[in-house]
Amino acid sequence: MFRFILGRLLQGLLVLLALYTITFFLAKAMPGEPFTTEKNVSETTKQYLRKLYGLEKPLWQQYIIYPSKIISAGDFGVSTSKGRPVNDIISQSFPVSLVLGLGALTFAIGIGVPIGIISAVRRNSWVDWSLMAVAMVGICVPAFTVGPLLQILVAANIPGLKVAGWGSPLDFLLPAFTLGLVSAAYLARLTRGGLLEILSQDFIRTAHSKGLSPTRVILKHALRGGLLPSVAYLGPAFAAMISGSFIVETIFQVPGMGQHFVNAAIARDEFLLMGVALFFGFLIILMNLASDILTGLLDPRVRIGKEAS
Amino acid sequence: MPLLDVQNLKTYFHTRAGTTRAVDDISFSLEKGEIVGVVGESGSGKSVTCHSILGLLPQPPARVEGGSVTFDGDELIGLDPLLLRAVRGRRISMIFQDPMSCLNPYLRILDQVAEPILVHEDVSREEAESRALEMLKKVGIRDAEKRANSFPHEFSGGMRQRAMIAMALVTKPDVLFADEPTTALDVTVQARILQILRDLRDELGVAVLFITHDLGVVAEVADRVVVMYRGKVVEQGTVRELFKNPSHPYVKGLLACRPSFETKYHILPTVEDFLETKTASDGSVTLRERSDAAQRLEKLESDGDLEGASDSSALLLEVKDLKVHFRSGGGFWGKPREVVKAVDGVSLNIHKGRTLGLVGESGCGKTTTGRAILQLICPTSGNVTYGGVSLSGLAAEEIRPFRKRMQIIFQDPYASLNPRMTIEQALLEPMNFHNIGSGREDRRARVVSLLEEVGLSSSHLRRYPHEFSGGQRQRLCVARALTVEPEFIVCDECVSAMDVSVQAQVLNLLRELQDRRGLTYLFISHDLSVVKFVSDEVAVMQAGRIVEQNDAEQLYRNPVNDYTRQLLDAVPQSDF
Repeated sequence: MFRFILGRLLQGLLVLLALYTITFFLAKAMPGEPFTTEKNVSETTKQYLRKLYGLEKPLWQQYIIYPSKIISAGDFGVSTSKGRPVNDIISQSFPVSLVLGLGALTFAIGIGVPIGIISAVRRNSWVDWSLMAVAMVGICVPAFTVGPLLQILVAANIPGLKVAGWGSPLDFLLPAFTLGLVSAAYLARLTRGGLLEILSQDFIRTAHSKGLSPTRVILKHALRGGLLPSVAYLGPAFAAMISGSFIVETIFQVPGMGQHFVNAAIARDEFLLMGVALFFGFLIILMNLASDILTGLLDPRVRIGKEAS
Repeated sequence: MPLLDVQNLKTYFHTRAGTTRAVDDISFSLEKGEIVGVVGESGSGKSVTCHSILGLLPQPPARVEGGSVTFDGDELIGLDPLLLRAVRGRRISMIFQDPMSCLNPYLRILDQVAEPILVHEDVSREEAESRALEMLKKVGIRDAEKRANSFPHEFSGGMRQRAMIAMALVTKPDVLFADEPTTALDVTVQARILQILRDLRDELGVAVLFITHDLGVVAEVADRVVVMYRGKVVEQGTVRELFKNPSHPYVKGLLACRPSFETKYHILPTVEDFLETKTASDGSVTLRERSDAAQRLEKLESDGDLEGASDSSALLLEVKDLKVHFRSGGGFWGKPREVVKAVDGVSLNIHKGRTLGLVGESGCGKTTTGRAILQLICPTSGNVTYGGVSLSGLAAEEIRPFRKRMQIIFQDPYASLNPRMTIEQALLEPMNFHNIGSGREDRRARVVSLLEEVGLSSSHLRRYPHEFSGGQRQRLCVARALTVEPEFIVCDECVSAMDVSVQAQVLNLLRELQDRRGLTYLFISHDLSVVKFVSDEVAVMQAGRIVEQNDAEQLYRNPVNDYTRQLLDAVPQSDF
């Protein structure tokens, strides 16, 4: 187990290196540089700024300096557009995104999984069809439609819920719901499919032959295996949820991490861009590892740390 | 009054394609402490009968159309689901055929075995588990305390079936439905499981309905037999009566077409030699005995002396000290690799026009040997000499001409035909590849004549594999192997998945082809009776090695090796 986790983390380092390389060169390939603005900045000032941020050095040196600073001092550089350390920006916005993401995850699982179970149990009935139709709508309707609808229909009518902003404890509800809706819909479909697959297996008939109640057959014998596809999906999906969403944050005015992905690119702020990209990559790797470990716990046949022969 | 009484039970399947009468008006009964065998081929309605009684059928498409099942005075058909659940697993338990897929892979063995007690009785978890553990010991699971917490995939097939039996008997039911409980197991394991079932019957007085397609097993284990065919009971009686004096032509055919150690036929009788089936315009079927059955049998018997081709025929294939080792486990971050010695020093000689039978239990390396001989798997060491040429160390292009001379027929005719190719395409492909025949027309003509040779016709050319029955598909596989006009064919468990009547047809086909074309076979099987029937010589394999090799007659009469003797003793015999 330990060996497995260590191996996966080392693998993750390689992935991060590749991610860094791609982001670095893409950032360099962007037209212009951080200090290109519509304002007329003198060449001397630009020279000075370049020197300040270490951008006057040859490309290969810059390529090496950034990761070595991260490794030696945990320093992700300084944002050229905000003039603050990238570390500060992430440590301020990530907790917000984490709360929002956890809320979204709770919505997704709390709504998606039960719908999936009900659909599977009542398969090919009108209950199943209508639930799956709703799920399909959930997948298709984008957040920039759902968000404003919630603002108009819900926030405006229920006291205590704000249309936008981030300050009081209930403020996370609407954005979290909006963010979790697509995942809830996916989970409903994945749970239904996974459960139907398991329900067609021979051991389910064995369970019925023991005289178990239908509820017990589902919960004790089928659900565990039926959830495996959902668990595999949730790893990367959760990483995406907690690293923020530009759209949801913009609609509800949430100071999360998602805005930085877009704003950094627009401002040609390469240090912030690489910082959030690497942080997101790290989250993805971590969540995938977590979902693999969870799969191993659910399915005893998956022997973690050993290759299938 | 019998414990379980089935009267005029009818279960139909209603699908868009029409109504199938899976169980068509059958009646039988089961007394306390009795073992009744239900015999029939796949699709004869054996399992559906059990599932109908316990209400386990998917409804729709299945529906119980009529009849009654009384169990201990209570009617089960149409019983309230809640009450039926109290019967299931408590008073009537069931063991299913495939212990691989019928145990829940996500739950520990002990949990699964203790579950029926927890559901049906008001006891603590500890007590349920201790009773489950006791039952696991009773069915012969060694180190039960330690192993009970394993998951199903950590058990072997035999162990899983034992766990399944323990699970069914843990509530001390009155009736046990055992649906092909030993079919997926090796003979020695099967013998042990049958013994366990008999012991438990004697000890607990449980009545057993034993479903199987294997007449030998029925003869060994049952008190009475019910024979089913196409959803109907065609005959029932005590085992002795039925085996000694079968009255229904189907039963006669079934008994005759199964090769046993005593079979003297060169060509096996088939059910068709006894039974005439007439389908009326309304779909109802009448079964009649053939008027010329006796003559047909007599002719087969008189043809029996053709056996024993000369021993002096030339050596075709020589295998010397063949070894195939696989590396398993490990990997970049894992532990050092383990070596599995699948084949560990096998030497064999096969003479032209003769058949060498290779027997052994699952996992002994039979299949790997066959594939290594054909160079489908690269041997680790050792030498295979075919027709005087050493195949070891030949490059892929150099082996290609030999692919034409050596062919293989696999166990599963469902998986070994490409479902997206028509029969014509499947049969033409090897001919095109090896440049056999002159031009397209000639090849097509050859395909047609091959189809006729294996008992099919040119009308089948445009069909796809799924349009054929299992037996027909295996004929197609035989035909495909023959397209390149090989001299040598490896038959790898090629009749193992078949019903006895179909098995007899395919065995006869192989034998006729050998007579006609002088083919040489390596016949790999776990079924000792079948091997005895087809082989001139037999090699017994255990754990990657040949433990005994001899003339077939000699080996079965006077086995020298202990393991061979053990295998032969484990085969259920039906000699009355």
